[in-house]
Amino acid sequence: MKKIMNSAENVIDELMEGFVLAHNKYYLKHNEVNGIIFKEKRAGKVALVIGGGSGHEPLFSGFVGRGLADAAACGNVFASPDPNTIYETAKTVESGEGVLFVYGCYAGDNLNFDMAEEFLVDEGIKTAHVRVWDDVVSAPKERIEDRRGIAGDVFVIKVAGAACDEGYPLEKVKRMTEKVRDNTFSIGIATSSGQLPGVNKPIFELESDEIEYGMGLHGEPGIKRTKLAPADQLVEILYKNLMEEAEIMKGDEVCVLINSLGATSLLELSIIYRKVHELLSKDQIKIYDSDLNTYCTSQGMGGFSITILRLDEDIKKLYNKPCFSPYYAKEEVK
Amino acid sequence: MMEAMTAENAKEMLLYVADKIIGEKDYLTQIDSTIGDGDHGIGMSGGMKKVKEKLENQDFDDVYAVFAAAGKSMLMSMGGASGVIFGSLYLAGAKNMSMAAEISAKELAEMKRKSLEAIKERGKANVGDKTMVDALEPAVIAMEENSDKSLLEMLTAAEAAAQQGVEDTKQYVAKFGRAKSLFDRAIGHQDAGATTVWLIFQGMREYIEKHDGYKV
Repeated sequence: MKKIMNSAENVIDELMEGFVLAHNKYYLKHNEVNGIIFKEKRAGKVALVIGGGSGHEPLFSGFVGRGLADAAACGNVFASPDPNTIYETAKTVESGEGVLFVYGCYAGDNLNFDMAEEFLVDEGIKTAHVRVWDDVVSAPKERIEDRRGIAGDVFVIKVAGAACDEGYPLEKVKRMTEKVRDNTFSIGIATSSGQLPGVNKPIFELESDEIEYGMGLHGEPGIKRTKLAPADQLVEILYKNLMEEAEIMKGDEVCVLINSLGATSLLELSIIYRKVHELLSKDQIKIYDSDLNTYCTSQGMGGFSITILRLDEDIKKLYNKPCFSPYYAKEEVK
Repeated sequence: MMEAMTAENAKEMLLYVADKIIGEKDYLTQIDSTIGDGDHGIGMSGGMKKVKEKLENQDFDDVYAVFAAAGKSMLMSMGGASGVIFGSLYLAGAKNMSMAAEISAKELAEMKRKSLEAIKERGKANVGDKTMVDALEPAVIAMEENSDKSLLEMLTAAEAAAQQGVEDTKQYVAKFGRAKSLFDRAIGHQDAGATTVWLIFQGMREYIEKHDGYKV
């Protein structure tokens, strides 16, 4: 796979530089560390700080904005940011009401965010965190804390951002964010590998006529490899697994996100959604909102995930608040 | 025989270890690529470069301050799980210690025990989980069992125990990191983090061996 880049050791610096230059209307970069900061400083609210490894853009930096996160702490490619980057980024946007961290559940992120929280707590700053673990096939339900965070990050960040902007205190923001996390479920397949900048081979090997169920965002092995099948068949299998895990029932109301990992096109996402819509309708599950997009990516990887968010009145109210970033915008659903 | 390690010894030893790990970057990358995500060599060598930048331009009169400075450089620059874990290997045992112009073998063993406990607590890993703990825990036990001997004898025992620990990781299924999703497919392959621990102990032993008999 061809990569447009200069040198491997400069990719993160040049990513930060270009990203902030392009969006300087909204963002600035922290002076010392790789933190993307929303320019509209919003006082009197809990600061929402998100983050993780780089290379999944627009996640996480593109989810900094109005009604969304106040800042994103960015690591090297596919590696958690260090505690100092997280700490400094959070310090910049904290305004007295504390900080909520939202990030995907991975060993590296858990360790580094925990340590950054300790630094903040030592200074008397209130903190909390919610780890996103929406990938239902990455571990069994009994070990839910071993599950990984994938495209479900989008719904969790959206609702957490709205809760912060409502001016809720830290405890309540955390509770609402946990609730949306606990009602967000994803499942996906990979069709082809991406390639990391500076590494002259694909992240994983997959035959041209094969797909892998449940493969992770960093090429973590999934649960099953099979031949490619028609879209409707793939969706039926994924849908069945997802619904069993999510325990979504007739009469429930949901939001749906079909996320492309990078190489899968909107044409394909639409074909996928068509079948998801048919299956949800057949099961008499109400669709409140849908999104077909490329939010959570993996350096040119092919494949997609289906994410379902089960709504209740609290979550719906927050989901319905408008938000804006250059990569994610929602109007009130009428 | 070197009975005690001065701050200058400690600084030179950690610089020696840093050069060794930087030199093994490709080897560590190759091990990590088999079952991990292939970035361990790059991450460790980046962290060790920061250790060198920090230690080279500073004089120390406190052994613990040397370990703390090295650990902090890694912790604050590397990111990923390795940054916290390997930063703690140096930093956690040296934290909150009163100043010491030199330390004995026994005190070095005590420092590594504290680091081990902190790493297990943070990482929630135990022996058998296919992590760096598989090399570190036996190495620390070997240090404790030999802490009444010379630094060289103690570190020689620790290095051998760490090496055996690396061998042992080949039989384990991984509980953390990317290899976790491989289940039985991870069996037969050694853990990259454990390998780094072994190389660090090997580097410490080699430095002491070269400088045995005199204090810097």
